[in-house]
Amino acid sequence: MEHGSFTNDRNASFKLPQEDHTLANAVRFVLNQDPRVVSTGYSIPHPSLECVNIQVQTTGDPAREVFKDACQELMLMNRHVRSVFEKAVADYKADEQERLKEAKEALKDQMESMDIEKNN
Amino acid sequence: MVTEEEKIFAKNFNIEDHPDVPARLPPHLELQRTRVLCKNDAPIHTSSVQYSGAYKFVGVDNSVKLESFSENFRVDVISEDGMELEFDMIGIDAAIANAFRRILLAELPTMAIEKVFVANNTSVVQDEVLAQRMGLIPIAADPRLFEYLSENDQPNEKNTIVFKLHAKCEKGEPRLKVLTKELIWLPNGSELIKESGGSTSKPRTYTSFSRSQDSFPEFANNPITPSYPDILIAKLGPGQEIELEAHAVKGIGKTHAKWSPVATAWYRMLPEVILLKEFEGEDAEKLVKACAEKVFDIEDMGNGRKKATVARPRQCTLCRECLSEEFGEPIVKPILKGEDKSKREWVDNVALRRVKNHFIFKIESTGSLPPDVLFTEAVKILEDKCERVIAVLS
Repeated sequence: MEHGSFTNDRNASFKLPQEDHTLANAVRFVLNQDPRVVSTGYSIPHPSLECVNIQVQTTGDPAREVFKDACQELMLMNRHVRSVFEKAVADYKADEQERLKEAKEALKDQMESMDIEKNN
Repeated sequence: MVTEEEKIFAKNFNIEDHPDVPARLPPHLELQRTRVLCKNDAPIHTSSVQYSGAYKFVGVDNSVKLESFSENFRVDVISEDGMELEFDMIGIDAAIANAFRRILLAELPTMAIEKVFVANNTSVVQDEVLAQRMGLIPIAADPRLFEYLSENDQPNEKNTIVFKLHAKCEKGEPRLKVLTKELIWLPNGSELIKESGGSTSKPRTYTSFSRSQDSFPEFANNPITPSYPDILIAKLGPGQEIELEAHAVKGIGKTHAKWSPVATAWYRMLPEVILLKEFEGEDAEKLVKACAEKVFDIEDMGNGRKKATVARPRQCTLCRECLSEEFGEPIVKPILKGEDKSKREWVDNVALRRVKNHFIFKIESTGSLPPDVLFTEAVKILEDKCERVIAVLS
């Protein structure tokens, strides 16, 4: 999983099996945002291999911890995205229902007013 | 000796407040960072600036903290009708938006026909072609209620949905269309008897259901059907017949596109159209006419004066018709010796841009789950991926 050295834990590369650009690019983005990271990148060694290598170089902190924090951060971001999205959809659906009800009532009013005209 | 005044000054001192330190990027860099500029020949500044220290030299921190992300992230739903969902995702990087899109296409499970047992097929459609067509039929069943069928598993009620199809075109009848509504769900499993030598005690079928799928509360009054009743499977001529059984299992789009839960899931960046000079009178009318997507409108300024305005920038497809020579400001310069005289140069009067962190996301479901559920499931999958990595590292 992790390839680094015992004497210098600032640089390491991580091999993630069964993963592709989906996770690697997102994690790379989060790693890049971290001020502790000097350089980071990922590669897929061969198209027929189902794995990615993510490399991390830090300013001093252990690369392993920085990488773990990035995954944690990405997870929390996703959680936030999910809650915001669910709320937005629920709000939209509630609004839509309201609009439908109003449209129905407007139609009903129209029908009633037409009836009155007929009676006259 | 430090005076009281100096102490207070030191306490309140913030390097950001210093007049020589810019708190924000200069406008031209801010434009490069947040917008893609669409020029006449090609778009520029297309990549996003990710590195946290990219603007250190001007004293601006480019890192994104979770708090600032949470503060700025927004979702606006534009339209939703049970099969299609369009929403705006604002304040997120393409890396993560693209991860959601990739998961929607390739890593969300659905049910699709994987095995087709052909009892009789006298139609012109060969067995293997027919099986391929059957596989692509979207099935309206919630995949979360099923398990994956692994290699050593027996097909049972938890991992397999069985359909029966029997269609015959009688002699003398006109050609018959076989549609997906003729697929009949068999909640008790396969009805085909396995041919087996030896013991004749109990006839075995191709599935081993321990109970009927009818007894699942989700399917009790809600039989499983294909998403659409009117997809054409085959056409039968007089005397031709198809009799088969189809077994649907759970899978993901990475293995085969038939398991993809979406017809398409895509996003585009929000277009931004800006008029760099006032288009008035005839110019305005020309501009409005030139745009095929009707991005511009004419505003009446009173006393007969007309002005062009940007009314619907979302519609812009970047055809760049408004960047043509006709709307530009010609550059007057002396023609050098040997230069092509017919070549003219001009400066654009319209700016076409794209907002880098504003995505118009569209999801078209194939009917297994509503699109909003698909998106939340996609986000959950990315969360799970992170969790798995964290678990291995700690």
